[in-house]
Amino acid sequence: MSLHKLTLCELQKQFQAGEVTATEIVRAYFLRIGHVEPKVKAFVTQAKESAFMEAEVLDRKLKGWRKTLPLTGMPLAIKDNICTEGISTTCSSRMLQNFVPPHDATVIAKLRAQEYILLGKTNLDEFAMGSSTENSAFGPSRNPWNLHCVPGGSSGGSAAAVAAEECVAALGSDTGGSIRQPAAFCGVVGLKPTYGRVSRYGLVAFASSLDQIGPITRDVSDSAFLLQAIAGHDPMDSTSVDRPVPDYMKALQKRDLKTVKVGVPVEFFAEGLDLDVEQSVRAAIGELKQLGAEIKEIRLPRTDAAVAVYYVIATAEASSNLARFDGVKFGFRAKETKDLLDLYMKTRQEGFGPEVKRRIMLGTYVLSAGYYDAYYGKAQAVRTLVCQDFDAAFKEVDLIVTPATPTPAFKLGEKSEDPLQMYLSDIFTISVNLAGLPAIALPCGFSKEGLPIGLQLIGRAFEEETILRAAHAYEQSTQWHLKKPTIR
Amino acid sequence: MEITQQDVEKVAQLARLAVSAAEKETFAKQLTQILGHVDTLSQYDTTGIEPTATVMGHVNVFREDLVRPSLSSEKALANAPEREVDGFVVPKILEER
Repeated sequence: MSLHKLTLCELQKQFQAGEVTATEIVRAYFLRIGHVEPKVKAFVTQAKESAFMEAEVLDRKLKGWRKTLPLTGMPLAIKDNICTEGISTTCSSRMLQNFVPPHDATVIAKLRAQEYILLGKTNLDEFAMGSSTENSAFGPSRNPWNLHCVPGGSSGGSAAAVAAEECVAALGSDTGGSIRQPAAFCGVVGLKPTYGRVSRYGLVAFASSLDQIGPITRDVSDSAFLLQAIAGHDPMDSTSVDRPVPDYMKALQKRDLKTVKVGVPVEFFAEGLDLDVEQSVRAAIGELKQLGAEIKEIRLPRTDAAVAVYYVIATAEASSNLARFDGVKFGFRAKETKDLLDLYMKTRQEGFGPEVKRRIMLGTYVLSAGYYDAYYGKAQAVRTLVCQDFDAAFKEVDLIVTPATPTPAFKLGEKSEDPLQMYLSDIFTISVNLAGLPAIALPCGFSKEGLPIGLQLIGRAFEEETILRAAHAYEQSTQWHLKKPTIR
Repeated sequence: MEITQQDVEKVAQLARLAVSAAEKETFAKQLTQILGHVDTLSQYDTTGIEPTATVMGHVNVFREDLVRPSLSSEKALANAPEREVDGFVVPKILEER
């Protein structure tokens, strides 16, 4: 079997047993990338040279003394808004086109300490703002299941790379669904951890109270395995939470869902939900019941408010975070400017793309004098109500099951002219970020057109084990995750 | 609420973002549409509801004031768009008298 077909856990086993070398792994992956990348366009930067060099060093070292760590020799792709020392980190923006970080993000330092191999940096909507990767300054990525469709976003490059078997697994970031929505669109598994579970240090900030890094993988075991490697407190991120990291692989051992109460929120099965999506998700709920779960209808009455709350809070935080891009210390600088103010204004005009500008404008507006209370203050208060909905629901149930997205992947260009329609497509993922909860998206079927459909499981804060266990039990009783796209 | 092109201009100035005439027109239209959707939040009664800024209930996080490894000036300057010896070059901001 070709190496690129193996899951992370399978490849890891073979490597640990000495059946395959790191160089063979890297060679197999760049062969695969050579074949499919011209069509999929998942990467902004391929780290071919450094990957082969790192593999060679590992192989030489292991010849003498075979001591390995969990991720030794494992070829990963990383979303290009996570800082990698010495390898450019562009955020798919002209603003950072030539930016080479002087330090690693904490998650990268952790992966490096476990001797992973970086295959490349993946495409995203500029500064993670978008749901399709069409906002990338370097052109969109494609959905491996249908090259005319978007892979989703903003972590579309990571999800496409995993689906197209261009890496064994990847990291993405999720502010309003940016891991789960592309995972659903590409038929892979995406996990957004609880806010504070994974360090954000070195993740280029979009909306600091919502952002979280997480794994995008081929199956649920790989998700647990990779989460294990990146979770934990970090003094460099004051919002990371100091609590012990459980053994996520152990959580997968329970194969049934007896004693688990699963809530189905009626608000997520309303108008606008694609029929194929609804059928697949309803069937998946039936499967959870078969596995022993107790299914209960619940209400999350403020679901409708989530998109509006999000686009006030996220843009407000973004407008503040992106103030740092002023053309002075790093990044793009406009030429021919007459004074400092002109330098700022032109640098930002030429360096940012339309969606980023739109969000900076919106965020600046809702924070400006006279509108702060009406918009930002109001959104923060309604955010409290959204959190209260979840608090009440989790008194009755242990996890919540929903569709990950209202529709399967849409066509390139279909929504790019209408920002509000694009924003509304995030409706099922956004409220989870507002409440800081963990959630996983995993394959649960296909549309009539052959596009993947994603199931979302939402858990209580810091109960990643519960959603991983349920996701794994479901996955093991179905075959969806074994289907692979034919890229053409 | 209707966002005018004058509003866009004012906000762009606050955001230190130069906008073209075409952008002014597009942003005025799009921001009006998006804020129209945001206005639906007024249907939620938030009297007496505490605003949520962060979900994990973080308070100030303190650390010891210790000397720790940090970037060398060479590394810090490596991404500078324009530099001179050990500094960033920017346009002059003070007038000579």
